[in-house]
Amino acid sequence: MNILECKGLTKRYGAITALDKVSFTLEPGRIVGLLGPNGSGKTTLIKITNGLLVPTEGQLWINGQAPGKESHAMVSYLPERTSLPLWMTVKQLQDFYEDFYADFQRQRSSEMLDRLEISPKQRMRQMSKGTREKVQLILAMSRQAKLYLLDEPIGGVDPAARDYILDTIIRNYNPEASVIISTHLIADVEKVLDEVIFIDRGQILFQSTVDAIREEKGMSVDALFREVYKC
Amino acid sequence: MAWQFRNDTPIYTQLIAQIQQRIVSGTLLPGERLPSVRDLATEAGVNPNTMQRAMMEMEREELVRSQRTAGRFVTEDEERIQRLRESMARQRVKEFLEGMHLLGFQEDEIVTFVQKEGENHEHSGV
Repeated sequence: MNILECKGLTKRYGAITALDKVSFTLEPGRIVGLLGPNGSGKTTLIKITNGLLVPTEGQLWINGQAPGKESHAMVSYLPERTSLPLWMTVKQLQDFYEDFYADFQRQRSSEMLDRLEISPKQRMRQMSKGTREKVQLILAMSRQAKLYLLDEPIGGVDPAARDYILDTIIRNYNPEASVIISTHLIADVEKVLDEVIFIDRGQILFQSTVDAIREEKGMSVDALFREVYKC
Repeated sequence: MAWQFRNDTPIYTQLIAQIQQRIVSGTLLPGERLPSVRDLATEAGVNPNTMQRAMMEMEREELVRSQRTAGRFVTEDEERIQRLRESMARQRVKEFLEGMHLLGFQEDEIVTFVQKEGENHEHSGV
């Protein structure tokens, strides 16, 4: 069964069309890059997929389910901006996740936090931006979800933190789950991806595997992106 | 040995080339057990499916073999490894000759040049 299937998804904000008849499917066991410039519809698509937004038209299924309670339980979402309360300690955040998500694996998150030498007593407020992003990613990846939606996970962090984040995504790879990573920092994530979806002005330009692009075009996805979206 | 990737060719073919290099140079020994696909992918920083694809390709070429439960191993067939070494060397020589032709060298000049450089190399004790 497909992990995600979208059919004719359209989202309008008044006169503005953020998504325009988007259709695609995603198999399990894939790490997919959702690539496009700012304002191309990446975040809108991710928010529809996790049920934060309702499409104006079209339908979608997550592991065969329409968005709702069941689909929420299968989707782990990492928002673009830190959404966790700054006054909370790491331990409180783990409690919070444990209460909210039946699939949260506390042990796994503790192991990853230990490896980074982040103490359970530390508060979000005391952390650097990079560390906050790492904590948030660890919490999102510690769920046993079917679909992980990571919105700009490497946006505002230094290259070492970026490597750590990508390493964490590979380590947590599960053949029965899929990961969607939205980003415009393609050169950094390219090696980690199976497939890429290019999106522009709310429409899907194409969906292809990274190695097929390199094989057919003799260039990296990053180079292709620069060509496609040349200003 | 660190993994390095170029931008203009598929990642799985580069993975194959780098693992072959390790087999030919003896960094990976005949019959040696390979780490799991997941561990190799993490080490190389690549997608696990891409690493899997590289492994399948190398199995097809009989450079590695997988044993259902025990894991994946480098071939013990030293003749096969020798054939790989020669085919990799042939590729290097081909690229070298192309480069020398671009510099305007003729075949006989290349041979003389290589001999002379080879002697210098020996005398310098490297």
